Amino acid sequence: MTWLVVAPILFPLLGAILAALLGRRRVLARGVAVAVCIGMTVSAVALLVQVWNHGMVTMAVGNWAAPFGIVLAADHLSAVLTVITGITGLAVAVYAVADIDRLREARGYHALFLVLLAGVNGAFLTGDLFNLYVWFEVMLIASFGMVALGRTRAELDGAMRYLALNIVATLMFLLAIALLFGSTGTLNLAHLHVIVSSGQAEGAVLAAGLLLAVAFGMKAAVFPLFFWLPASYHTPAFAVSAIFAGLLTKVGVYALIRVFTLVFADQDGFVQTLFWPVAAATMVVGVLGAASQTEIRKILSFHIVSQIGYMLVGLALLTPIAVTAAVFYLIHHIVVKANLFLVAGVIHRYCRTNDLALTGGLVRRAPWLAVLFLVPALSLAGIPPLSGFWAKLLIVQASLDAADLAMAAVALVVGLFTIFSMIKIWNEAFWKAPPDGAVAVTPSRRDLRFLCAPVAMLAVLTICVGLGAGPAFDLAQRASAELLDPRSYARAILGDFMVLTSNEPLGAPR
Amino acid sequence: MTTTKPDRYDVWVMATVAISLAGFVVGLTWIPGIAASDFPTVDWPWVEGLGIDLAFRVDGLSLLFVLLITGVGVPVLGYAAAYASDGAKRRRLCLLLFAFLLAMLGLVTADDLITLFVFWEATTVISYLLIGFDHEREAARRSALQGLLVTAAGGLALLAGLVLLGAEAGTFRLSELPAALADTDPSDLTLSLVLILCGCFTKSAQLPFHFWLPNAMAAPTPVSAYLHSATMVKAGIYLMARVHPVYSDHELWFPVLTVVGAATAVWASIQALRQTDLKLMLAHTTVMALGTLTMFLGSSSPVAVAAAATFIVVHALYKSTLFLVIGVIDRRTGTRDRRLVSGLSSVLPMTAIAAFAGAFSMAGFPPFLGFIGKELKYEGALAIAEEPGLVIVAAVAANAMMVAIALAVSVRSFLGQPSDVDAGTPPPRLMVAVPLFLGLCGLIFGLAPSLIGETIVQPAATAVLGMPAEIKLALWHGVNLPLLLSIVTVVLGIGLYFWLDRITLGLDRIGARLPVSGDRIYDAVLHTTLDGAKRLTSVVQGGRLPVYIGLSFAAVGLALLVGAVGDEAETWSAIRLEPLEPWEIASLALLAVGAALAIAGRRRLTALCGLAAVGVGTTLVFLMHGAVDVAVTQFMVEALIVVFVAAVIPKIPPFESIRRSVRERVARGLLAAFVGLGATLALLRLAPPVDRTITSFYEQMSVPEAFGRNVVNVILVDFRALDTLGEVAVVVIAAFGAFALLRGRRFSRGAE
Repeated sequence: MTWLVVAPILFPLLGAILAALLGRRRVLARGVAVAVCIGMTVSAVALLVQVWNHGMVTMAVGNWAAPFGIVLAADHLSAVLTVITGITGLAVAVYAVADIDRLREARGYHALFLVLLAGVNGAFLTGDLFNLYVWFEVMLIASFGMVALGRTRAELDGAMRYLALNIVATLMFLLAIALLFGSTGTLNLAHLHVIVSSGQAEGAVLAAGLLLAVAFGMKAAVFPLFFWLPASYHTPAFAVSAIFAGLLTKVGVYALIRVFTLVFADQDGFVQTLFWPVAAATMVVGVLGAASQTEIRKILSFHIVSQIGYMLVGLALLTPIAVTAAVFYLIHHIVVKANLFLVAGVIHRYCRTNDLALTGGLVRRAPWLAVLFLVPALSLAGIPPLSGFWAKLLIVQASLDAADLAMAAVALVVGLFTIFSMIKIWNEAFWKAPPDGAVAVTPSRRDLRFLCAPVAMLAVLTICVGLGAGPAFDLAQRASAELLDPRSYARAILGDFMVLTSNEPLGAPR
Repeated sequence: MTTTKPDRYDVWVMATVAISLAGFVVGLTWIPGIAASDFPTVDWPWVEGLGIDLAFRVDGLSLLFVLLITGVGVPVLGYAAAYASDGAKRRRLCLLLFAFLLAMLGLVTADDLITLFVFWEATTVISYLLIGFDHEREAARRSALQGLLVTAAGGLALLAGLVLLGAEAGTFRLSELPAALADTDPSDLTLSLVLILCGCFTKSAQLPFHFWLPNAMAAPTPVSAYLHSATMVKAGIYLMARVHPVYSDHELWFPVLTVVGAATAVWASIQALRQTDLKLMLAHTTVMALGTLTMFLGSSSPVAVAAAATFIVVHALYKSTLFLVIGVIDRRTGTRDRRLVSGLSSVLPMTAIAAFAGAFSMAGFPPFLGFIGKELKYEGALAIAEEPGLVIVAAVAANAMMVAIALAVSVRSFLGQPSDVDAGTPPPRLMVAVPLFLGLCGLIFGLAPSLIGETIVQPAATAVLGMPAEIKLALWHGVNLPLLLSIVTVVLGIGLYFWLDRITLGLDRIGARLPVSGDRIYDAVLHTTLDGAKRLTSVVQGGRLPVYIGLSFAAVGLALLVGAVGDEAETWSAIRLEPLEPWEIASLALLAVGAALAIAGRRRLTALCGLAAVGVGTTLVFLMHGAVDVAVTQFMVEALIVVFVAAVIPKIPPFESIRRSVRERVARGLLAAFVGLGATLALLRLAPPVDRTITSFYEQMSVPEAFGRNVVNVILVDFRALDTLGEVAVVVIAAFGAFALLRGRRFSRGAE
């Protein structure tokens, strides 16, 4: 069963090779992408079931036991994130059939897309800090390739900004690894936890921790390091920006959560002090940025930033319910945000623009699109009973449980602005009569089928997570419990090694 | 009159009417059970981990609202079907109204705080869609947005309040709250009370959140009639009644509700007198009625609560009647200006009857239900022991203005000289029949008040008070103080009516000079916020990549510096620096010169050479410390970079940022020095690793287990092969990307 842990990485990687070899046989390449995503989703679901029933699944790559070799490890959080990656990937792969033009396909869109997914899953599943860096690099190069595919001026401009700022983040990640390895002599996350929390490795651990926070923070697009995201997410093809919006920043959030609940756990108040202001400021600045935009994808991009702030409330409070809230938010957000970018693409198909001043009349021209927009938009705005409501409720409850009224107030007011933004899009694109000189084209039936099926699928998923919030909450709660019990994580990965080497007696699990 | 054949859209309309009617009938069958405290309940677990259930329970208060929602809903749906001429529009209107009806039903029957909130938000969203029904009109969109923002803001406060309340009680179950909170110190509930009241006040348009409701009159008439008589705005009233048993002992409950309610009632009556648009006039009286209800719910006196419960029914009936009447007037004459319409009884005789029935009930004339409601209100006001003066004055003043407005709607519009406004079309029969039916209900219940007294009002009051209340509704209570107050009210009201035009003019003049109004404050807040957002964003996200990179590096430097300095001073004193050898000084000098050149160089090539010098300096350091293989690799990389970049430089267009000012160069230099300082300090803190297990494992296992003599190679291809796999992927993509980029360039040139 341990092979389940590597399948979500191997499937897309092999698929990418196949897609690259298929070259100009575009239909086959699309088929490969869709098939790989289906396979990936199925194997990820199997992995999640395995984790749910039997606990963490680990695999020592090359049979070199941890911490000597690289270990892949799936706990509830990792497993569920690979499932969501698979589903989002599938939606985007189908959407891409009608969205990605011949030129972009010829330039290797499908291969890059699959490599990106491999990188994302690798990052979610690895139990090794340097290996995490490698997957970040894989994601970076693949995503850069994807933003630059179109080669229009706007796209290249966005791609440059994306690359320049992400390279800074990646390099800082590398420097942090060097400092951490220099201080502790290990790269395995579980082993790092054991050494760092034993308190023996002083050295540059704190500097490395802060540097990791900066590097991952840039990847996650937190305030004040989010510049690259609104500067680049509105330029590439819609399928590309959708997969980015859904997954890329969330890998940064995942890395933050993983590292700061595992490696830097037990550091009294350090994590909370660091992330409280970051979370609050990210929420507020992001949402105000969105309120000032008039282009759909720019609005949505700033909302990514804002919602990353919500997820960081988990680290800012670091209580079981807060981490549960963060995990729930993460799951909800990936699905909904990717979906909204996909809808933005469909709107673009109808109006040839995403500028709200030039759109209008869609509720008449495409009433079903209005419904497909409203579901994820209201979910993002936290309207019950959709998934976003529970995410918001959990954040509020976590803040109030921690007697942190300020955080609760920030979360709620930001929620109001989110409603405002979504309604702005609705008002301008759907309700308003089309302005003079507005372009009105109707996409072909074939295109609409490929564009809307994934949108509908993700919308249904949002509704299901909302109505079936019970199981989703249980899952998030399990993930949270695991995250806040790094000892058990370390024991599961290191096994006998931990008992042999750790100078501190381990005692019973807390 | 035209009769049209039912079309395919009518199937939907009929279905919604039939289901709503069925709901009403089911509600009726519950009456005996609920009177015997046998409450219908439904209970599904939802999020068990949080103790949230999808739970419903119908007690007396819920039943009152269920019957109102469905009882007014069915006629309004019928009216809406006649109102909308276009089939698709008719279907949309009826489906939205029906969705709203369902959401309201969920809201008033929910027994779980979170379930209640789910439906609360549903009503907010659906009312947004209804208010903005004529969405191509700018005013409709603005009003819809305003209503949504105000009620959603209140909704968020409400959510926080409900979560706090649930946490304090240890349960989200509404029916269990009073028992669970019996021993709680009331001061622990203050915050949740304030937050919940924010939700109620926004939804029920209390001061200072009252302004959205009149604007919401942009909606089609059936929507206004439904939302503003029996449903939406009553949700806040419902919730206040619902949490009455929990909070009525709290020291804030009585003063806040009484003062806010009284102020709202008086303010809204004055506003109503200002209006010339009949519909807007009614909208303000709705706010007035809501204020009165809030005021009465502040009290725990059984009579006051009974007055509130009765008035909810009274108001729902006459307000829906009058709104629908105005819809008919609007359709027939093409205007809603009360100064333009008069003498309509000749063209709209049936509507005139409906209008008089509604208006007389509103004015509180016997034998209409409104009379009973008003008598009860006065009785209730007198029973509010703490503050009878304020409540009575507010009630009488507000009611007198209601009399005037009721006369304006009925007498002024329907009697007298027929006006010559005739821009409309004859309304369909159904549009006339519905208000007539609702208006006559007010008469029937007035003549036979026992129909609703013990069956509906009494169980509702019982539920609010949390103890059995005995309520008998009757037309004649004998000559008592309430009756005298009634007479005063009527006299005052008739006086106001005759002076109405002058009062309107005067109020309008004063109103125009008022510096503040809720609407203007809303606009100011919205615009200030959006302007602020724009300004903030233009600072934070200015658009210049060099600034972004600079800020990112500043954060890096800060992280390193703070991390390296840390908080333990003794670690620093333990650091011993060895003296530098001459060749080390030489390579450092090379690094420094290179760095300076990179910062100060005026040409790209100069800066590039500076960077190359830095690279070579680093290579030398590796070389001196015995890492020959690293040094060789590094040197090759540095050389290749220089070659590549130098080859590209002539091809890229000269751009502005290379001609940097001295100040900019200094700033960049300082930033570089800052990051460098941080990195240096962090590296100085690097003590030898505490744990060499892994390194020694690689050294020991390389030959016997992995069969390789070069440890670095074995690490790359065996111990950590997965890393290498990933890096290979990176290199392959980069290579393909570069290839495609170069090829693409040739293509695009060919295309041009």
